[in-house]
Amino acid sequence: MAAEADMMEASGPAIDPMHQFTLKPLFGEGPIHWYTPTNATLWMGITVLAIIALLVFGTRRRAIVPSHTQSVAELAYGFVYQMVRDVAGKEGVKYFPYIMTLFIFIIFTNFLGLIPMSFSVTSQIAVTAVLAVLVFVSVTLLGFYLHGVKFLGLFWVSQAPLALRPVLAIIEIISYFVRPVSHSIRLAGNVMAGHAVIEVFASFAASALIAPIAMVGIVAMFGMDVLVAFIQAYVFTILTCVYLKDALHPSH
Amino acid sequence: MTTATTEAAGHAAESAAGMPQLDISTFPNQIFWLAVTLVLIHLILSRIALPRIEAVLAERQGTITGDLAAAEELKQKAVEAEEAYNKALADARAEANRIVAETRADIQAELDEAIARADAEIAARSAESERAIAEIRASAQEAVKEVAVDTAKEIVAAFGVKADARAIAAAVTQRMKG
Repeated sequence: MAAEADMMEASGPAIDPMHQFTLKPLFGEGPIHWYTPTNATLWMGITVLAIIALLVFGTRRRAIVPSHTQSVAELAYGFVYQMVRDVAGKEGVKYFPYIMTLFIFIIFTNFLGLIPMSFSVTSQIAVTAVLAVLVFVSVTLLGFYLHGVKFLGLFWVSQAPLALRPVLAIIEIISYFVRPVSHSIRLAGNVMAGHAVIEVFASFAASALIAPIAMVGIVAMFGMDVLVAFIQAYVFTILTCVYLKDALHPSH
Repeated sequence: MTTATTEAAGHAAESAAGMPQLDISTFPNQIFWLAVTLVLIHLILSRIALPRIEAVLAERQGTITGDLAAAEELKQKAVEAEEAYNKALADARAEANRIVAETRADIQAELDEAIARADAEIAARSAESERAIAEIRASAQEAVKEVAVDTAKEIVAAFGVKADARAIAAAVTQRMKG
């Protein structure tokens, strides 16, 4: 990472693929207080508006035979609902609105971040960490609330030989606490890497000699980023469902 | 992953130059606005969007189920109508058969009666005829006897014998019997 940063500095400010991830106040200059509206705030607001456009205005006619927008909204609903029911089981359906909130937020910010000159909210480790910690804490609390001390059975592999169980318990506990870390860095890392690579290609495009290759590279990377935008939202959501399932049915 | 985070934490001081994401001074701001956004989205989803979509899907399911049920009912009705038609046809056929049998029986009875009547008439007429024949035969015999008596009287007279009429009649009667 340090070597990469040095390389960026060496090539000067013209190629600074990380610059796009900088938070800036929307109005004027100055320090960023907790309440300052920034470009992140702007794009979160746009996310909310886009969600309203699809899920509220798109479905306002409540048509039996849906319009295109309404079908997309229904598709998103059915996709997440199916996922929650298949992975977390019937009891998990109760938490469907929360998981839908996560999925819709992530997929909208991912796709809005693909708009050129936009700001990608999910590339911020602070955002994904909050999401992951939110999932981690609520799932853990839910597990203890539903099962009490029995929730710790999640770490006690009862099928394994007795001698192995303490070792497995340690491994299980470590893997449990690593969950929010991998959960958050996977999303932010994928989104950030895709955007950074596109910008690197874009900065190469300044030179006429390699511009065609750079253009092809941008198009290819953009295509991949579209996939990543969906897949990472899907992965984040399905992992949330898996964690929820662990909380609902802790026994191995 | 963990090494990456510790390494990243080590670079946090110079993060503004390297990775802007690791500039901790912006975290409270992002977390605050993220919380606002998530709460907003959750309210929009749980209050408006999700119940609405759920209702639409349920209504569509209901409509489809209702239509299927109606189709099933109509199909059942068609089957029933066909059955009723078939039953009516069978009834009509049975009725027709019954009427045919009845009529045939009536005609047979009438025929039998007519035959019986005809037989009786024939018997009566033949009896009458027999009687008439018998009468004719009797009268013929009488006539033959008379003629025979007369003839015999004449024959006897021709032989020149004065015949007793009585004796001749008795002789003829005797002869005819034999």
